[in-house]
Amino acid sequence: MAVPKQKISKARKNKRRSHHALTSPNVIECPECKEPKQSHRACPSCGHYNGRQVISVEG
Amino acid sequence: MRHQKTGRQLGRNSSHRKAMFRNMVVSLLDHESIKTTDAKAKELRKYAERLITLAKKGDLSARRRARVMVNDKDVLNKLFDTLAARYKDRPGGYTRIVKLGLRPGDNAPLSVIQLVQEEMASSKKTTAKKAVKPLVKKQEAVEVKADGDDVAQEEASTDSEAGVAVEATTTEATEKEGAAAVQGPDDEAELAKEDK
Repeated sequence: MAVPKQKISKARKNKRRSHHALTSPNVIECPECKEPKQSHRACPSCGHYNGRQVISVEG
Repeated sequence: MRHQKTGRQLGRNSSHRKAMFRNMVVSLLDHESIKTTDAKAKELRKYAERLITLAKKGDLSARRRARVMVNDKDVLNKLFDTLAARYKDRPGGYTRIVKLGLRPGDNAPLSVIQLVQEEMASSKKTTAKKAVKPLVKKQEAVEVKADGDDVAQEEASTDSEAGVAVEATTTEATEKEGAAAVQGPDDEAELAKEDK
């Protein structure tokens, strides 16, 4: 069976993982209902996007 | 190689895809607005726009060609009567896609694709509104500057919007003096405008 010959050092492991960081989504305040929403998405709480009711949100 | 290959496969073979988009385009024309994944919405746009363009031609040949996609008599009639008349003056762009966020369960990005309802005249009004909007946004942006990168991105987009609406600059300029007193980014925007 194929098996690693060497233990991966902490430095090597951490260097490999240096690009694994996640980025947080860009959250803005909804101009209609002031709830937080993701930019370039319809607001999940009021259903507006760009001043337009895009989808009905059952309250 | 991917050269010259357009469209998405969506994990289906061609007959499955064809059947799916026939179904979806009939639903879209019938209900005016449907909710689906981003990728399917973007692909569906292609079929819907082509059908409406075909409907605007309105002759018997066009109707027969449209019937290949729209296997529903009522929807076909709606397409050729009401929709063709509604989009008479609109040169394409009959659909709008708005992203909704991620679907719980499979985390798929969802959007809603809808047939544009507005008249062409009112769409001009919305562009005029847009010209004024950037100012308001910018002032808000200055206030929440602590958010850093996010704000910078938003500002960049609003700046470009302002650049497009050159006609509105005269009215904007007066308001701008007030806004310029608030913070620096406005100055940059003004400089960019002068360059143009």
